[in-house]
Parts: sequence; C-alpha cells; structure tokens
Amino acid sequence: MRPEWKDFVGGKWENEINVRDFIQKNYHPYDGDDTFLAGPTQNTKDLWAMVLDLQKKEREAGGVLDMDTKVISTITSHGPGYLDKSKETIVGFQTDMPFKRSMQPYGGIRMAEKACADNGYTVDPEISEFFSVHRKTHNAGCFDAYNDEMRACRSSHVITGLPDAYGRGRIIGDYRRVALYGIDRLIEDKIDQKNSTGRVMTDDVIRLREELSEQITALKMMKEMAASYGCDISKPASNVQEAIQATYFGYLSAVKEQNGAAMSLGRTSTFIDCYAERDLANGTFTEEQIQEFVDHFIMKLRCVKFARTPEYNQIFAGDPVWVTESIGGVGVDGRHMVTKMSFRYLHTLTNLGSAPEPNLTVLWSTRLPQNFKKFCAKMSIQSSSIQYENDDLMRVTHGDDYGIACCVSSMRIGKEMQFFGARANLAKCLLYALNGGVDEVTKKQVGPKYRPVEGDYLDYDDVMAKYTDMMEWLADVYVNTLNVIHYMHDKYCYERAQMALHDRDVRRYFATGMAGLSVVADSLSAIKYAKVKVIRDEDGIITDFETTGDFPKYGNDDDRVDSIATGLVHKFMTMIRRHHTYRDGFPTMSVLTITSNVTYGKATGNTPDGRRKGQPFAPGANPMHNRDTHGAVASLSSVAKLPFMDSQDGISNTFTIIPSALGKEDKVFAGDIDLDLK
Amino acid sequence: MQGRIHSLESFGTVDGPGVRYVVFMQGCPMRCKYCHNPDTWEVNAGTLMESDYIIEQYERNKGFYTDGGITVTGGEPLLQIDFITELFEKAKAKGIHTCIDSSGITFNPNSPEVVAKFDKLMPLTDLVMLDIKHIDDEHHFELTKQHNAGILAFAEYLSEKGVDTWIRHVVVPGITDDDEYLYKLGYFIGGLKTLRALDVLPYHDMGKVKYEKLGIDYPLKDTPPMDKTILLDKKKAIINGIKARRAELGES
Repeated sequence: MRPEWKDFVGGKWENEINVRDFIQKNYHPYDGDDTFLAGPTQNTKDLWAMVLDLQKKEREAGGVLDMDTKVISTITSHGPGYLDKSKETIVGFQTDMPFKRSMQPYGGIRMAEKACADNGYTVDPEISEFFSVHRKTHNAGCFDAYNDEMRACRSSHVITGLPDAYGRGRIIGDYRRVALYGIDRLIEDKIDQKNSTGRVMTDDVIRLREELSEQITALKMMKEMAASYGCDISKPASNVQEAIQATYFGYLSAVKEQNGAAMSLGRTSTFIDCYAERDLANGTFTEEQIQEFVDHFIMKLRCVKFARTPEYNQIFAGDPVWVTESIGGVGVDGRHMVTKMSFRYLHTLTNLGSAPEPNLTVLWSTRLPQNFKKFCAKMSIQSSSIQYENDDLMRVTHGDDYGIACCVSSMRIGKEMQFFGARANLAKCLLYALNGGVDEVTKKQVGPKYRPVEGDYLDYDDVMAKYTDMMEWLADVYVNTLNVIHYMHDKYCYERAQMALHDRDVRRYFATGMAGLSVVADSLSAIKYAKVKVIRDEDGIITDFETTGDFPKYGNDDDRVDSIATGLVHKFMTMIRRHHTYRDGFPTMSVLTITSNVTYGKATGNTPDGRRKGQPFAPGANPMHNRDTHGAVASLSSVAKLPFMDSQDGISNTFTIIPSALGKEDKVFAGDIDLDLK
Repeated sequence: MQGRIHSLESFGTVDGPGVRYVVFMQGCPMRCKYCHNPDTWEVNAGTLMESDYIIEQYERNKGFYTDGGITVTGGEPLLQIDFITELFEKAKAKGIHTCIDSSGITFNPNSPEVVAKFDKLMPLTDLVMLDIKHIDDEHHFELTKQHNAGILAFAEYLSEKGVDTWIRHVVVPGITDDDEYLYKLGYFIGGLKTLRALDVLPYHDMGKVKYEKLGIDYPLKDTPPMDKTILLDKKKAIINGIKARRAELGES
C-alpha cells in the first residue's frame, strides 16, 4: 500500500479509480450530537473579515470589484492569489487576486464582452478580434447551425434560458480523485483509457481520443497550478488538510475554465472525514484545526465569482454559482452516511455566518440519525440556508455516491454527467395551441399553423387534442435545438478539467425541463370544471379569458386537477423520449425553475387560470401563489404526486415558512415542552 | 355523522405534538376579547362534513403525521361532542393520536348526561390542551362572558380520569399578566396529576383583520401585542405556583 494510504482499509479502490469503494471501506458513521464542534479560530475570523470587507467594496463598486480583460482564463493562466498567505490553511483563487473575475470567452465572445461592458470594463480588442475572426466560440457555432424555427422559438421565449451563449455547467468532476490518487495516477489511467479506445476511427472514436488528450492536458495543468501555490498534488494526499486542498484544486481548475450555469462540488464531506478520523486517531490534527481547514475551504467556495451580464443575473436572480455540496444520505448497505464532517460543513454556517453558497444540500432520509436531524433543524432555523433532497427516492436509481448539480439534478459522481437543457414554456405552448401557433404577445407565427380553437367557449377535449399536437411540435424543436447546443459546446467549449475527473465511458443525461406546470394544470382544470370564455383581439387572436365558476386548483391534494398535472409531465416526457439525442444522451426532464419563473411569466400572455399577462409563474412544481388553501401538507402532496421517473432530473418545490409557524419558540420545537420543575 | 367544520389545516405545527392534521370546528359560546378566530363563533355556520371524510384526508397523507396526529380545535370543538366522539372512535381504530384543544366551557360536573358523554370521549382522547383564560372567576367573566367553574372542574376531571393534559394560557398585557393571578393559576394546575406541559402564549393582534371583515368592533384595539421577552418571567410566575402546590402535596 502507498504510504499516504497507511491505516486505511484497502480494497478494490487501490487498483482502480474507485472513490466510492474507498469511502465505503473507510468511513465512520457518526450518531452523536453537535457538541464536539469547534468555533472559528482567530485566523478564520481575520480572513472572513477580509472577505466581508471585499464583499462590501464589491457592492459599493456596483457589483463587481475587478475584472480581467486581458488574460483568457485557463487552469494555469494566473499566478497564485491570496487573502493573507500567512493565515490561509486552504489556498487558491480563480485569478491572482480575490474577487477579480476571470475572462472566459469560449462560451461566447459577445457574452464575455457584454459582461465586461455592463460593468464598465472593456475586453482587450485583440482578444475580441481573435474570437470573432480566428477562433469560433460555442455561441457562434450554435447560431451557424440553428434553423429559422429554432431562432423564432428562442426569441418568443417559448423556449428560454438555453445555454447557447454561456457555459452549460451541471457537470461535477470527481474532485476527490485528486486527493485520493494524486494527479500522476489519474494521468496514467487516462493514458490507459486512450490506449483502449476502438481502433476504427469513426467520428465517435476520434472525438473521444481528442477529448482524452484534452483531459490529460488539463490534469497536467492542475499539477502545475497547484505547484504555483507550493503544493504537490502529483501524489495522493497524506492528511486531511492535503485532502481538502487537493479536492479544492480540482474544483478550482473547473471554475477557472468554465463559467457554467451551475458549478457544483459533489459529495465530498464523508470522503474528507475518512482523513479527519485518521488524523484525529493519530493525533496529527485537533478538532479545532480540522474545523479551521473546513472553514477556510468553505470560505474559498464562497469567493467563487464569474463575469456575467445583468440579463443573465435576471434569469437566475443574482449571479449564483451553485456550488452544491451533497451531505449525508444512506448507503446501499443500510448504514447512514452522516459523519462528523457532515456536521462540520453545516457548522460553517455558524462559524462564518449564513450564506447561499456553497449550496449545502442534505440528502434526507427517514433513516438519518436523530441527532443529525435535530442539528439540521436547528441550523435551518438559524440560517435558512440548507437545501433538502429526498435520498430515499434518488438512492433507488443513483446508489449512494451521487451528488446534486445545481439545485436538483442528481448524478453519480465521476460516472454520470448532464447536458443542461433549460426549459420549454408549457404555458405559452397552451396559448399557441389555442391560437394555431401564433404568439399571443408578438402576434408572429412561431409554431406550426394548426387550426386554432373556434367559438367563444373552450371545450376541454378540443383543447387537449390541440395542445397535445402543439406539445409534440414543441418537444421536437426543443430537443433538436439542444442537440445543436451540446454538439457545439463539446466542440468549442469542452469541459476538460471536469471530464478529466470522470470515467471514460460516462452516462450523459440529456436534460430538458418544463416551466409553467401549475399554470397549465389550473388552466386545463378551469376549462374542464368551470366555464372559460375566450376574448379575441382585433386580429382574432385569443388574448384573454373570462372564467365563471370555481374549479379545483393544483396544490390542494385534489386528484381531479393533480391528475392533469401528473398527466402533463408524463406526456411531455414521453414526447421528449421519442427523439434522437446528441451522443445518445439519456433523456430526462425537470420541473425546477427556482428563479427564472419570473422571466418566463413576463413573456407569457393571460392564461385561462386567471393569471394575468406578465405575472410570474410559480417556481418549479409549486402551486400558484395563494391557490393552495389546505395547508402545506396538502400542497406538498400535490407536488409529490408528480412522477419522478418522468422527471428524473428533479422536481423542486420552494417552501417558505416563518419560523414561528413551525413551533412557538425554538425550545418548544426541539421537543423540550415538558415542565422543568427541578 | 356530520360535523360543522370551519376549516381544515393539513400542516398544523403548533396545536399539539408533531405535525398534525387540524380540524377547526365551527361554533363557540365564549366571547374572549382577544379571540383571533371570531369567524368560528357562529354555531350554525361552517361546512358540514362526514367524520369519514376527515379520516380519509388524514390517511392519504399519514406519512407526514408519524409523530403527530389529529387535533380538533375551533371554535369550541366540544360543542359537537358527539361528532368528536365518532371521529375519535374511527381515529383510534386506526391508531391515530388524538388531541382536543378546548376551553372546557361545555363541561358541567353536575349534569350526569354531560358527564356521560365526556366519559365516553375521554378513553378515545390521548391529549387535551386546556386553555384556562383566567383563574379568577370575575376576571374570567369580564374577559370571556362566561364563568370558569365548569372549566376548572374539567381540569380536575381530566386529572381524575388520567387524561394527559397541557395547560395553555394566553398572556395579554393588562388583562392576564398579573403575577399574583398567574401564581394562583400555577397553584391550581400544580394539583393536576396528569399535567404534562405548560404552554404560555403571547397575545398577538393578528385577528384584527378578521374583525374588520366581519364588521365587529375589536375589543382590544388599544392593547399592544405581548412583549415576548417578558413572557419567560410570566411563565416563571406560573411555574412558581405549580412548584408551591407540588411541594405542599409532597409534604402531605
């Protein structure tokens, strides 16, 4: 066994790249409570004060403190950057200075230029020229291949948020591999992979060989970048500090090269805990030191920044990075996977205060240990910063080493990746069905010129038949648009750093998404159970509705309308599945807009459910605001009926509740209601 | 049997242990000045519902209620004691935890007929949350337009019958925040053998809007919401009463 692995339980992981096997053999489930946790050290407090100061300056400067306009960002493009070198136990920034945003033009030069211009900076004209004349970008490639229909759908927003001008993100490298194996071993493995490709040079084999070469280059650059910080990651990490540092260097390489729509971290805490337990047992580090490493790591993740435009920020409500880290869950052997490190990660919300990033996500199971559940509840009340996902549901298809990309997209770490596909606007599609493909806002013919509805009142069967046809059309143009996008992204903006930390033969999820589910469900319910009169404008286009009578609304655990919603999800997914997908991607769908529901709503006219033109949709699979009148459980039950197998990329429900509605005071909520009569 | 229901809440978190399915019953004989549900007063309003329907609604989401159960509140749920009894019979048959949130106003120890009905219901009841508005009868009448003799008798009845009891008390500035009366309240409930918890609630004025809608004058429009920081002291006053009583009982 290698000396760095001393005291670890050996296994398959020694001879093959298999992080899961290492974790399963070496992690220690922790059933205790949070009393072992350590507070922030003085160095942590000092560093965090510096970050807060930079954040303040950034806000005062209008949102951006500094941007690189000359150097194209690569893994090794910038020298080392520090807050205070003498105090940082985990090092590394995207550029040579904290809060200086890097330039990443491969997704699209115009987006990079605009991101600079909107913030008062100008990209070096030589770089602009180079990417306009000599080197094509992902964005230019997409528009070279789009047909007129795709462009029309894009501008009418019946398909919105497509990753054709920015990085698609949603790919999680197995950053832990850097720590467990060291770069040299990973390069050897990639060389073996390259030597074992097919011998007939088909398009696929050529592409794979080129990609593997790119990956090897990226790995070498990671080593070089780490060396510039004085760290040697060619070998495996030998203690917890090195393990965190190496994992972070892997992640840092990814965010140096990709300004993706979500740059998630994976599932690192239980892995890191294996090292922490060994170091605690050997007396290498104390609990205070280990918490300090974790605090500094999380602090770095909070400082990840990208150059983005105001339009981008509007879609995503801010400029989120989605550094999602998945915590906890239960293993397939029945042991829960909560470790002390799960507590330490969440404890950063106390040591550094609340923050939306990294997006700490608890993989929730009814079988998590009670102490951890209590700690989660406590931290949620304290910080409002924890996301929860249903591990009992996802473990069935993904096992016990998956992570969440962005907010809900699950994938096996290092074995599966995703082609992110934004969303189709199902509510607008319904209006297209009524109007024979004419856009209700622009009055342009966007969809096919099918027969519009006739007469003054909407008939459910007639509308459903027309809607089904229009959905078929939408699924077709949507999937094909995505095929173009992912072809071009692979070609011009390939994620070599993340893919270097994957197996050779990955499963590629071809993700799609829908927006406006609750609007459509309620609209169809109104048509079915109430009376909906259409109002046409001077051009004969239906632009408004008069609904008389009541109708069941999604969000009240009422099967009459909930079945419409579940039916829609199944139907659209079935349509998606019928299409060819790029690189044989496995089609999935999400119902998950967390913020962009506002933008989608803005572009959509009046709908039969009573929603007015421009009003936001409900986020994700949420019922429409104020229409769920039977309390949270009924509301959640409606959402829970949506078939996960037809929306495997995730179903989100944004749930807000004032703490006092969860219990009269935190002590009461924690179950301490008995009389203290001692 | 049908009951008159004001509304249903599928995610009740403050009306008993765990997450609960809460049935707000229609109708109440009390007219508490601080009542935040005046829309539940009218006895002949509400929606008629079968007890089976409520059980069915509960059952379809029972996964959410593993540590909870059903709570009937109102209004005054025990105005419809026959309905509650039927509902709880069905609930207990399914192993559901049952809880009544009541003012106790309908209890009358001198009426064999009333006591018989309570005798039938109590074995089906896992927990009673009894809201004692004021320990002093005169003040109680001033506050609620009802006397408290039956209510206090109900508390003692629960103690005798061995029914787990939480005592709730709303602290209203200038009305129910007198330390001496709080101590007396504590002294009284300290004698209850089945007292399991004390719930001291701060008065809030969130019911105001409902009064406006119903066109009723809001009796406490000049009373500010209770300052929560003072609340712990008020709770202590009650607990001191409980301790004193317990000490006496321990000595005898």
